[in-house]
Parts: sequence; C-alpha cells; structure tokens
Amino acid sequence: MKKLLTAASLLALTTLPSLAEPLKIGVITTLSGPAGYLGEQVRDGLQLAIDQEGGKLGGVDVELVVEDDGLKPGNGLQIADKFMNEEGIKLITGIIFSNVAGATVPEVVENDAIYISPNAGPSNLAGAGCNKNYFVVSWQNDSLHEATGAAAKALGYKKVVALAPNYQAGKDAIAGFKREFGGDVTEIYTQLEQTDFAPEMAQIRAAAPDAVFQFHPGGMGIAFLKQYVQAGLSKDIPMIVSEPSADGVILNAVGEAAVGLKATTHWNADFDNEANKAMVAAWAAKHPDKPLTTYGQQAYDVGLLIASALKKTGGIDDLDAFRAALKEADFTSTRGDFKFGPNQHPVQDWFMVDIVAGPDGKPMWVTKEKLRDDVGDVYAAECKM
Amino acid sequence: MILFLEQLLNGLQYGVMLFLLAAGLTLIFGIMGVINLAHGSLYMIGAYAGTLAAMQTGSFWLGVPVALIAAALTGLVMEAVVIRRLYARDHLDQVLATFGLILFFNQSIILLFGRQPMFTQLPDLFSGAVEVIPGLPYPSYRLFIIAVGLLVALGLYLIINRTRIGMLVRAGSTNREMVRALGVDIRLLYTLVFGLGALLAGLAGFLAGPVLAVQVGMGEQILLSTFVVVVIGGVGSIKGAFVAGISLGVIDTMLRAFLPGMLRQVMAGPEADALGVGISSMGIYLLMALVLLVRPKGLFMAGS
Repeated sequence: MKKLLTAASLLALTTLPSLAEPLKIGVITTLSGPAGYLGEQVRDGLQLAIDQEGGKLGGVDVELVVEDDGLKPGNGLQIADKFMNEEGIKLITGIIFSNVAGATVPEVVENDAIYISPNAGPSNLAGAGCNKNYFVVSWQNDSLHEATGAAAKALGYKKVVALAPNYQAGKDAIAGFKREFGGDVTEIYTQLEQTDFAPEMAQIRAAAPDAVFQFHPGGMGIAFLKQYVQAGLSKDIPMIVSEPSADGVILNAVGEAAVGLKATTHWNADFDNEANKAMVAAWAAKHPDKPLTTYGQQAYDVGLLIASALKKTGGIDDLDAFRAALKEADFTSTRGDFKFGPNQHPVQDWFMVDIVAGPDGKPMWVTKEKLRDDVGDVYAAECKM
Repeated sequence: MILFLEQLLNGLQYGVMLFLLAAGLTLIFGIMGVINLAHGSLYMIGAYAGTLAAMQTGSFWLGVPVALIAAALTGLVMEAVVIRRLYARDHLDQVLATFGLILFFNQSIILLFGRQPMFTQLPDLFSGAVEVIPGLPYPSYRLFIIAVGLLVALGLYLIINRTRIGMLVRAGSTNREMVRALGVDIRLLYTLVFGLGALLAGLAGFLAGPVLAVQVGMGEQILLSTFVVVVIGGVGSIKGAFVAGISLGVIDTMLRAFLPGMLRQVMAGPEADALGVGISSMGIYLLMALVLLVRPKGLFMAGS
C-alpha cells in the first residue's frame, strides 16, 4: 500500500505542469563563528523583505540561495564561482566583512553578474576600483566613521585614542574618523578575532584621552566593551563608536554597562517613516527574541532596492536595463533619504544616538540629532565608470 | 612603570587561562596519544552551561559546579563514544574525528541557543577594581582568575606528584605500554585523565565568560595558542604547560603592548603600527620555532 502511494505521488509530481523557476539571489555571508549573528541578520532581513511581498520582490518570484563564508576570503570566492558557474546565478549579495568582499566582489562584477552590498563598503572598491555592476546599499566604510569623527568634534573632544582591528575596514575606520575629527588621534591597531583587550586598556589609561573611539564589530565589540567597563575606564573616559560596535546584540550581551555610550548611525528603529515602521513591526512579529540591527535593516533595504528594479524590468535577463533600474534607487528607504552617488555608493544622512536604558531595562538607541546631511564618500570623485 | 606592571598582570592572567586549557590538552596528548581538537568545545560547553546556570539562579558561584560537571560529563561521553575508538589509529584520523566534533558541538549550540552571544555578569564580590599599587586600579575579577589558576596549578602539582593516580599518570606519559603490561587498567586511567582535562577546560571557559564573549566558536579562538603552549612546554608535562603558558601569556601581551610604540621611535607611525602588530601576532610562533630548534621535544618533555 505504502509503495503504491509513493508511486502514485511520484507520478503526480511528474505530470504536474512545470512552474517557472523563481529568480535565484545568491547570498554569501558569515553565518558561523562569533560573527555568525551578523550574517543571520542579513539573511533574515532580506528574507523579511521577500516575505512582506509574499515570496516576491517587485512582483517577481525570488528564492534566496544562502552559503556561509566562515569569514574566510577564499571561501567567499569559491562560493561566488559556484553560484555563477554551476547555478547560473546573476545577482549576488550578503557579504559582511571587507576582507571577504575584497576577494569576492571583483570576481563577481567582472563576470557580468551584479553584486549589491548589504554591509561592507571597502575603500579600494569605492574609488578607482569601482564597477558598474557593483552597488552598495549600506555605506562606504569611511563614511560610517566620518560621522563618528564629526560627532566627537561636535562634542568638543580634543584628544582621542582610536582603536580598530588591523584589516581593511579597520584602517578605513580610523582614516574616516580622523578625516572629520581633526583633533589629536592616537592610533592602536588590534587583531581581527582578538578576544582579550587588557593590553589596550592599559594603553588607553596611560594615554588619558578626552574620549575613546573604537571599531570592533560582533563578538569583539562585546569583549571590548565589557573589558572597558571592568577596567574602570568607562567612569572617566567617554566612549564614542560607530554603529557596528554597539548594535542591539552587543548591547544585550553587555547589559546596563553600555548605558551612556554615544554612537553614530545611518538608521535607527525609532525613525519616523512608513517604510521603517512596517519593517520594525514585521521584524518584531517574526523574530521577537532577536533585536533588529543595522545589518538586518541594510539587507531589508537591499530587498527593497531589488524589488524597485524588478518592478520596472520584470527580470534580470536584460542586465543593462536591470542595472539602470537599480541605479535609479526608486524606493523608499527605511532610513529616509537615500540615493546613489556617482560610484553607486549611498548619499545619505548621519545621526548621533544616545544609548539609554529601555523600558525593559535593556540598553537601546535613542536618536538625538542629525549630524550630516546628504553626504556621499570621498572616493566617489576617483570613480570613472 | 605602572603601565609595565599592569601589562605584566595582564600577561599573567592570559597565561593562567592558557595554562588551564593546556594542562588538560597536554595530559590527553601525552598519556593517551590523542590529538583532541575538540578541547575548545569543552571550554565552550563549560562557558555556556555555567553562564546559563548563573543566569537562571542569579548566583555566579552556582555556575562554577555546573560548568565543571557539564564539561566533565561531556568529556566522559566524548571519550567513551568517539575518542576510545581513536587510540589505535593514526593522528590524521584523530584530527579528522575531533574536528568533526567541533562542527557537531558548534552546530548543537547554534540549534539550542542561537548565534547570539550570551549575556554574562561579574560576581558582585569581584565586580570592582582593586588598587594594586597606588595609581594602578586593576579589575578584581582578573586577579581572581589569576588566583584560581595558581591554585589549580598547585592542586595539579600535588595530585601528579603526591598521589597514586598521579604516579600512574606520570608513568603513563612516560611509557604507556609498560604501565599496561604491569596490569594497570589503562582504560580507566584514560577516562579519568580525559575527564580531568575536560573539567579544567570547562573551568577556563566559565571564568572567561564575563571577560570575553560567551558565543559559538569561542573555543577555537584560543585553541591554537593552547597547542603552542603544549608544544613549547613539552607534550605530557603539566610543569611544561605551566611554565610555557605563563611565559607565552606574558610575552604575547608585552609584544602587543610595547612593540608598536618602540617601533614608532625609529620609523613612521602607520608602518610602525603595521609592522608591530604583524610581529607581535607572530611572536609566540617565532618563540615556538626557536624552542623546537633547541629542544625538539619541548622544554619539559615527559620521560626525556
């Protein structure tokens, strides 16, 4: 009987009319290890945008193909090759870390596929290395930290110790911070995946600055903040960070010790616009136990951008038309103002947020003021497309 | 001077952490001849179990026994189910199997607790800072870690050198076959040693929780340095693990803290930083290479 049923169902399967294949979107992201929650946010944010439209983007059926890069540039490259050559995927997104992006993105965009970044915006791909197939929805790395530099200047700090891991995004971070800050900066480079920052804490204490700026995304940020508080530094030296070093997950893991931090961001959950309210509500309904971070928001915006382009073109077979539609950025971003600059990186506003104790006691971001209005990035002028 | 002293304490604390992990690893490697890459997983399990218990009960101290028991139990089950089948096989099989265990444990933690790091809290007793000498406040929790590490070292020294089990352990790390030939139940000894190693890893993991982040993959971050400690100290030697652990902790910290500054005296800022960070991250491996050149079996190779 059972065999018969199986045979019958197999038969039923083969006689069904074959449906049109959904458009595949390749997602290369970091899902394992301490930075795994960053990739999880990107995956879930993108999926949320798709679910909001009932499995479609811009009226076109889409399907995510997700692979974990394990924060290894070589893996990212391999996955991209597999996506393009074996699965025929022409639209790729998802990379969190600039070192993975640096190895993977050129391979994608030089092979007539589109890459849309939901996070990493390394400097080497923003200027002379720009490409017509490469779009960044999040921010250019430097501009993320230029906002923090501007905030530090506005707060009247003169002497700052700046710390970041010794890799592309870390160097971009300190360069960006210095560009807008203009004061005296002592640079300290840490190592990617470092866990114990005690030596750096001692150096900060010895330098006795007006404030500390640090860029440590993911698990590194948790360890850094905890140790900063434990070393008793938070009482004397204020800390100012850019958004990746104080996301909701980091704040939850650090707890009330994070209250009093200052951060700069391009987006916050309390922004008063329809697109943002819809996203925040949908996220809270679907992931009640996970805070929505900028990573999730950026990926959601990637979804909205793709939807806006697909609505015009109906597919990506005509790559030129799809690219042109993307470039128009004809969507309402959850962050408010958004358009692409000449290098297809965002031109957007930046804000300062205070970190305060929320109604449930957990620390949260409250938007304080707009710092910069409609800014792009310094590399745009070098881009010849 | 104060900065130097503070960095010395930092190095000592890091070294003690390395020792707690390396002690178990070196015993397992030395006595059982098994390369256990999944030692870091036991560290992670100790951290998760202890932190969970501490959070549920609101008491940091209740987390300690839970961390120890969870890690030791996992270790015993791991030994019985997987490791026992690997004694007679070559190192490549052991590396493959225990690497598989890492993946298994990491995915299990993701399934159970998700990818988001856990919130941890310092015990009230050690939440402040102590003025070690005037002008140098030092987190009392880190002093507590140093004290625990030194106590464990003393305890292990007494067990290894003053008890019958310790005698068997020493004999086992010198000549496994001979111990077996003399009628000792070597299998029971293996299980005990593995359990002890797991217990120490669990303790290290739980202690590290409030300082670092309790998260998936936390064990692999420290595993590599732990292997360096085992190799430098000499496989199977607790004394070696202690000496190498503390020295590596101090050397690594000092290089990271002072090398970029020293290089900045002789060359331009950014290059000095890049070179300094580069050399200091290579430091412990350079040291390992040097030690292996002079003493190929490590500083305190058991039975050499």
